[in-house]
Amino acid sequence: MRFLLDDEQREFGRTLDGLLEAAGTPAVVRAWAAGDTAPGRALWARLAEAGVFALAVPEQHDGLGPLPVELAVAFGELGRHAVPGPLVETVAAAALLDRLGDGDVTRTWLPQIASGKAVVSLCGPGASSPYALDADASDAVFVIDGDTLRVADGHGPVQPSLDPARRLARPHGGTVLAHGPQVIAAAAHAADVAALATAAQALGLGRALLARTVGYVGQRTQFGVAIGSFQSVKHRLADTLIALEFAEPLLHAAALALATADPAAGREIAAAKVSAGEAAYAAARTALQLHGAVGYTEELDLSLWIRKARPLRDAWGTPAACRDRVLAP
Amino acid sequence: MDLEFSAAEDAFRAEARAWLAAHVPDTPLPSLETAEGFAAHRQWERTLFADRWSVVSWPEDYGGRGASILQWLIFEEEYYAAGAPGRVSQNGISLLAPTLFEHGTAEQRARILPPMASGEAIWAQAWSEPEAGSDLASLRSTAVRTDGGWRLSGQKTWSSRAAFADRAFGLFRSDPDAPKPHQGLTYLMFPLDAEGVTVRPIGRLDGKPAFAELFLDGVFVPDEDVIGEPGQGWRVAMSTAGNERGLTLRSPGRFTAAAVRLTALWRGQADPSDTALRDRVADAVIGARAYQLFTYAGASRLAAGSRIGAESSLNKVFWSELDIALHETALDLLGPYGELADGAQEAPSHGSWAEGHTFSLAGPLYAGTNEIQRDIIAERLLGLPKGRR
Repeated sequence: MRFLLDDEQREFGRTLDGLLEAAGTPAVVRAWAAGDTAPGRALWARLAEAGVFALAVPEQHDGLGPLPVELAVAFGELGRHAVPGPLVETVAAAALLDRLGDGDVTRTWLPQIASGKAVVSLCGPGASSPYALDADASDAVFVIDGDTLRVADGHGPVQPSLDPARRLARPHGGTVLAHGPQVIAAAAHAADVAALATAAQALGLGRALLARTVGYVGQRTQFGVAIGSFQSVKHRLADTLIALEFAEPLLHAAALALATADPAAGREIAAAKVSAGEAAYAAARTALQLHGAVGYTEELDLSLWIRKARPLRDAWGTPAACRDRVLAP
Repeated sequence: MDLEFSAAEDAFRAEARAWLAAHVPDTPLPSLETAEGFAAHRQWERTLFADRWSVVSWPEDYGGRGASILQWLIFEEEYYAAGAPGRVSQNGISLLAPTLFEHGTAEQRARILPPMASGEAIWAQAWSEPEAGSDLASLRSTAVRTDGGWRLSGQKTWSSRAAFADRAFGLFRSDPDAPKPHQGLTYLMFPLDAEGVTVRPIGRLDGKPAFAELFLDGVFVPDEDVIGEPGQGWRVAMSTAGNERGLTLRSPGRFTAAAVRLTALWRGQADPSDTALRDRVADAVIGARAYQLFTYAGASRLAAGSRIGAESSLNKVFWSELDIALHETALDLLGPYGELADGAQEAPSHGSWAEGHTFSLAGPLYAGTNEIQRDIIAERLLGLPKGRR
């Protein structure tokens, strides 16, 4: 047993981190929220070049995967840099199509997803949400409805989210692509992949919030000293670190369970989702509290991270639903 | 990365499981915090030792099995899953022994470790003093040089197991003129029945007398019972403190077993509409799993040659709070039966949840308070500036 990321996996994470740091994601996020998707699509293409979407696509369709552990590493970095777009939905759709077996739909979409040409969204039972994320910015919106898979032919008006970079709309109409029990099984698998990727994104987001806050409290002075020297501040940050540190192994174990088709995978993913989601949300609360009123301003880039925390905690499996699943017999 | 155990590790698990199934007493032993229970637990240590299960991670020469850290974790999982008795020798095994392996002499190891492994000599920790808890640098008890050894004087307190134990280990101020308070300390061992030692049991919050205060009046300790160099006690003790907070004091097996019991309790009597309680049960289960996995990752790091440093403070805060959450949730599930203590005839699970709850409340206090641990996490892991406490 060696329950640690290997050198290659760590290096992959570092490479993505460097790429995203250089890309200056805050400007991309602000543009995406304003409806200008061009910078986001350009970044998407670079992420595809780095192999991110290929991780969810099998080799026979020009992918590298499925590789859940590497996917968790990648989504950690996407979360750390608050990258906008239907990232989770795209890899979950790939998992869904892959499970439906070889056919026209699969052969059409999977190579395009792997190469980054296709940005797709997914609306399904696992999310328990009537909305598709970024439907207006996607090349296709897949909709799971019971045992039927459709590709939507349109969507309703965009409903603003608490996170302006998440654009929500109801998909409607569409063509039936597949029908039957295999859709139900594939949809359940896709929901697991989505929950895992969302958990990883939340964990990365939480780590970024903690790092920014640690930096801030080391600089900001009150009463003549850095506020980071106050015990109440230290303890809150220590608790934030503890929550993130203990969520990470749950995430890695969940990815491994998915990789090995462990029957306990659903439970492991649910445990990781609730822990990472709650840890990230707590990190956002801490970041806001310790930045004070400065943190409550939209101009500060920190707001881009803070506003994502609650939606990520609840997307693709609310804490209550996940806790229920952890205890399912 | 993987979570697969090797065939040898699976075989080790099977052997431990079979032995425990054959030997764990059918009815729980009386609490080890009572005279009667202490004796029964000492006997249990002998039973473990007879088949080399008392100190699996030690070298075979001292009665162990030379088990790897992973095998030790596996043994602990099986041990708690089997509902085996608490370990009365734990202070010696998990706190003193690692110190002896690192800083002791070959003579000390040969003399001290085998009787520790067999339960013949049970050790108490004597670190705390009335004026010194987590701040060990403010210790006042003294060790004064004399012919062939040292004379110990002063007062130690809150010494776990000391009411019934045989020997104790602790830090003493041997150089009152040392330039800094954590210098000039010496790590010494002494018998609790030595001339000049008075043991006064202190009733704990659970009413049990097993912890005690120790009054030392010129107690003679020969040179052979000094661990490490005189004056270097702080450095020697810090290696033990890491063990206490970290992995070897609280193995995940203890919490995973408690989470399994908690889940069974919830299934047996929970109101399915009480989702608040369900969420707390789920969080306890998730917490136990997280702690187990975090430990596996730590063990993998150790196997890869890393040392565990300030990260042990993350463990300490996490397990101590998890332990309380597990027990509080159980008491809530038990409703009006939750307050029945061990000894009450109708106490569910022989009162083990109630007893465990009271004991869990001490977790954030001992082994360095959680406040101190959070300071360590903030300063050493997050790099925040030192400040007034």
